[in-house]
Amino acid sequence: MRIPCPTCGDRDRREFYYVGDAQIINRPSPEASEDIWNDYLHNRDNPAGVTKDLWYHENGCNSWLVVTRNTRTHEVQHAELVTKLKGDGS
Amino acid sequence: MRFSGLKILKEGLTGNKGWTNHWRDPEPKQEYDILIIGGGGHGLSTAYYLAKNHGLKNIAVLEKGYLGGGNVGRNTTIVRANYFLPGNSEFYSHSLKLWEGLEHDLNYNVMHSQRGLINLFHSDGQRDAFARRGNAMINQGDDAILLDTEGVRDLLPYLDFEQVRFPIYGGLYHPRGGSARHDAVAWGYARGADTRGVDLIQNCEVTGIDISQGRVTGVQTTRGQISAKKVGIVVAGRSGQVAAMAGMRLPIESHVLQAFVTEGLKPCIDHVISFGMGHFYISQSDKGGLVFGGDLDFYASYAQRGNLPMKEHVMEAGMTLMPMIGKARVLRSWGGIMDMTPDGSPIIDKTDVEGLYIDCGWCYGGFKAVPASGYCFAHLLATDKHHEFASGFRLDRFKTGYGLIDEEGTGSQHNLH
Ligand SMILES: Cc1cc2nc3c(=O)[nH]c(=O)nc-3n(C[C@H](O)[C@H](O)[C@H](O)COP(=O)(O)OP(=O)(O)OC[C@H]3O[C@@H](n4cnc5c(N)ncnc54)[C@H](O)[C@@H]3O)c2cc1C
Ligand SMILES: [Zn+2]
Repeated sequence: MRIPCPTCGDRDRREFYYVGDAQIINRPSPEASEDIWNDYLHNRDNPAGVTKDLWYHENGCNSWLVVTRNTRTHEVQHAELVTKLKGDGS
Repeated sequence: MRFSGLKILKEGLTGNKGWTNHWRDPEPKQEYDILIIGGGGHGLSTAYYLAKNHGLKNIAVLEKGYLGGGNVGRNTTIVRANYFLPGNSEFYSHSLKLWEGLEHDLNYNVMHSQRGLINLFHSDGQRDAFARRGNAMINQGDDAILLDTEGVRDLLPYLDFEQVRFPIYGGLYHPRGGSARHDAVAWGYARGADTRGVDLIQNCEVTGIDISQGRVTGVQTTRGQISAKKVGIVVAGRSGQVAAMAGMRLPIESHVLQAFVTEGLKPCIDHVISFGMGHFYISQSDKGGLVFGGDLDFYASYAQRGNLPMKEHVMEAGMTLMPMIGKARVLRSWGGIMDMTPDGSPIIDKTDVEGLYIDCGWCYGGFKAVPASGYCFAHLLATDKHHEFASGFRLDRFKTGYGLIDEEGTGSQHNLH
């Protein structure tokens, strides 16, 4: 499995650390309810098919990436820098 | 049909013509009292104990493929009761006791072999942790013996003791631990449930859950609608999808775990061994194949196969621990879909929908749990009360933070187990 890092190009999966569903980049506000925090921290759509998940290019450029991937086939379709998706400083 | 030595002898002498199917292949009825979704180890044992312990008759197990085609037939078959935390400890202890009586109970040879499990340790810190775990096991009433290097050498002379990187300081020996033939466990429970009147319906995928005014009323399947008073979801890696049919999102991420088997060899590994410094565990099947595995691939997956990096890692760990296996040729490898929870412990609970129950989150350790999970989930389904040995496996523990069972002590967060 290779991940197309926007800065480094196609790189071996071993260079990356996997975090999980990309919903993790949308942190609720500290005042949000217990249910919202529980949903954010624990509950997952866990789709069989196309998903977006968060990877860290730890043995590369140290970027956080949102990777579009198929959980049935392991096909990696696309990778996007989190900073680009969210703007710098978020 | 009862199995016995005499029966085998008689069949052997008369051309093996008297064996019959182990279970029926019934058409689904219009309505059942209890429907179990999923014909893996846990679904089948639940149905069995519903019939056996609670005298219930009108039950069906709905399986989308064939019985035992999921994780129950894909695991590395380690059976043990060496858990540490309250909540887990009493549950797995109960499970091991059920294992010890299982073959007589089911009249089925599940090849349960208590050949002893040895968890190796490689540092002072690990030794302390295992000593503490061993004491917890003894307090629970199970068996544990702390071995030093020489003690390990007596049992496992073929390990690489001299290596400098991961010297073997000793091992925690659990003599009652061992393995079993995984398919036979599914088949034994299937036959036991069928004999007690449970309908086992294969090639029947559940595609929807019918809910009316907050109460479950039945399910939609590829073989038509089936009504039911109660429904139990027991679908392991597919828990997320089936729960979504009832509008639920679960604290579960499905990951792939791989396993490997070599060509058949003469008996050489008499125990189940786990390496404490690289995720690696191994035993030898009765056919002679070395059965071994390692860690998750560590990304969400439903592919039931893994990638090469974890294969390489597992082989490296094996070679580090016991170089003698280097000449064995790997015959096959495969993967299963693991229902991973944030704290690494399972869920046996009611849901917010009345009459709908769920048993899931077995991560990579649910084979040994097959007897007790079925036993306790059947108790919950039949009586609406949590069984005392499974009362900690609550769904709401993640939300409240109360009663988390983080056996590894790494934190209750996805991807840490
Ligand atoms: C490689 C590997 C090694 C492992 N090693 C060990 C070990 O050494 N020791 C240990 O204790 N555990 C081990 N495990 C874990 C253990 O195998 C699982 O935790 C356990 O088998 C899961 O429960 P189950 O048997 O009910 O799951 P499964 O056998 O997966 O049963 C679930 C069933 O539900 C069915 N299903 C899914 N969706 C639907 C639907 N919509 N409608 C109808 N049916 C549906 C599936 O087809 C499947 O048959 C291992 C697992 C793997 C993959
Ligand atoms: Zn990069």
